[in-house]
Amino acid sequence: MNLHEYQAKQLFADYGLPVSKGVVVDDVDKVAAAVKKIGGKKWMVKAQVHAGGRGKAGGVKLADSVEDVRGFAEQWLGKNLITYQTDATGQPVNRILVEACTNISQELYLGAVVDRSSSRIVFMASMEGGVEIEKVAVETPEKILKAPIDPIMGPHSSQGRKLALGLGLEGDQIKQFIELFLGLAKLFQDLDLSLLEINPLVITTEGNFECLDGKIIIDSNALYRQPKLKKMMDPSQDDEREVLAAQWDLNYVALDGNIGCMVNGAGLAMGTMDIIKTHGGKPANFLDVGGGTTKDKVTEAFKIILSDENVVTVLVNIFGGIVRCDLIAEGVIGAVQEVGVQVPVVVRLEGNNSELGREVLENSGFNIVVASSLSEAAELSVALAEDA
Amino acid sequence: MSILVDSNTKVVCQGFTGSQGTFHSEQAIEYGTNMVGGVTPGKGGLIHLGLPVFDTMQEAVDNTGAETSVIYVPAPFCKDAILEAAEADIRLIVCITEGIPILDMIAVKAKCDELGVCLIGPNCPGIITPEQCKIGIMPGYIHLPGKVGIVSRSGTLTYEAVKQTTDHGYGQSSCVGIGGDPIPGSSFIDILGMFEKDPQTEAIVMIGEIGGTSEEEAAAFIKENVSKPVVAYIAGVTAPAGKRMGHAGAIISGGKGTADEKFEALNDAGVITVRSLTEIGAGLAKTGNW
Repeated sequence: MNLHEYQAKQLFADYGLPVSKGVVVDDVDKVAAAVKKIGGKKWMVKAQVHAGGRGKAGGVKLADSVEDVRGFAEQWLGKNLITYQTDATGQPVNRILVEACTNISQELYLGAVVDRSSSRIVFMASMEGGVEIEKVAVETPEKILKAPIDPIMGPHSSQGRKLALGLGLEGDQIKQFIELFLGLAKLFQDLDLSLLEINPLVITTEGNFECLDGKIIIDSNALYRQPKLKKMMDPSQDDEREVLAAQWDLNYVALDGNIGCMVNGAGLAMGTMDIIKTHGGKPANFLDVGGGTTKDKVTEAFKIILSDENVVTVLVNIFGGIVRCDLIAEGVIGAVQEVGVQVPVVVRLEGNNSELGREVLENSGFNIVVASSLSEAAELSVALAEDA
Repeated sequence: MSILVDSNTKVVCQGFTGSQGTFHSEQAIEYGTNMVGGVTPGKGGLIHLGLPVFDTMQEAVDNTGAETSVIYVPAPFCKDAILEAAEADIRLIVCITEGIPILDMIAVKAKCDELGVCLIGPNCPGIITPEQCKIGIMPGYIHLPGKVGIVSRSGTLTYEAVKQTTDHGYGQSSCVGIGGDPIPGSSFIDILGMFEKDPQTEAIVMIGEIGGTSEEEAAAFIKENVSKPVVAYIAGVTAPAGKRMGHAGAIISGGKGTADEKFEALNDAGVITVRSLTEIGAGLAKTGNW
């Protein structure tokens, strides 16, 4: 689950970490009060969306008057911001963060992720802060300093000191950096994060650290024990169909093809998409119906797949496993009937009682084409999509 | 021979009396797995599916001599269940449950590594040695005793590979689902090393997914340490960059962990790669005299 920048900064502040004074507004009329509360003569205004690359897309601005701040809010509130990290429609801007302006002397990068290879939380720091950090990681990986967190011992000061010295920090900044490192490591562990990024982390002209941006991803599997964070969820930033699918325990990702896919298992769902592509077709979505392939779930899955207007045929690929295929077949027929599916449906059923399952489908009287293998199912659905 | 489990393996089920534990234990017993009991805290002393129920893993181990456990408890309780099993001297823990918090897995993996316990999963179908021992949720009847070792990150894709090896008549020595989570208990490398040493295994099928770099690490390992033929398939060639595909393992970012990169690393290691999951059997046919 992603957090907005303003939410991440609230958490940083809760942990005593340095952030600018800021107020989030969701209405143009609240701008004046926000600006007054922050004070000063210049303000940073930042569109709050779940995506990076906001600056280059015009979603971040330095404003030097109340009118300027108001103008920015008018320009963006209720609109979509399109960045290189979003899709073509962009992300809706429902809030603007207004912040006191920081005088920057230096920009650094500080991030932490769960590293799969070492099975550790790993902190990464670099002097090369800013937008080109990915390029730095590829071209000059030695410029990214790393500190793995021991799962039993936790983070320790000497790791922070080592990073600070590696970054070339001196004097009081070393002390500040160690505190920042320890605070962020605690936050990461306390709040079940899977990613944390401050880019840039800046040193102000006064010589102090400040978290100028904040990106946090919470481990969705841990939300049950993070009730406070659960309330920070913003479904407006997610695809509507993906949100709906999640309510039914379905994994759905919209794609730009025209062959709807319904598959059990994420790996098999990706494999099915790959086969459609191999046969010259384009999948309209990824959809994993999960283990218990019940009529209700299949019905909801059909509704979601067919809400995409591009879909001209649906390929259902189920490896029955322990569940009997004739029961799955009845579930598919029930769903096709209930939803009133108009497009042809190609079904490949494998597993326990699969022959009986195929028979049930063939005799259903609906526009259901039964395939005897996965290759055949892909060929059939690609052909149907071409004819449509 | 086989790897990890055979007909002598004594298995205890954690979460035995719950709906998942009950259903899959019944299936396992029917398959012939040597199930010796189960654990459900608070239900010690009962008899369930004809087997004793214990309150703790220590009691279960002391009374049955089991060295293997299978876990079906809900995700919030898995960290505790795995640690309890590891501390009760269980040597092989198979965790089927999906949705375990990632920080729980980091801690659990560190502890299992320290104690030298083999953890398979979580978020996996389990392990099977055909006609000897089935631990997990896979359908038993698609398997055939034989020569191919299968290791996979994905459940249903494993079944596809199993079916093809059965249809071709090669059969399987053992099949291991390592699971789709970012922090799995055992990696491809752990299992590939076991198949390499197992005399029954003549060829290996490896099924990966986009995301992470475990397939690339496996490729490097194969190049140096595996003499048996390996056939590999990677799911997710068509998955768009930056989209999350359900398995936590399938997060792709920054050009790393793409299917193309994985195919390239595996080809470079002398692995026979197939671009379609329906070609796994055909890929195996190419590996030699069957």
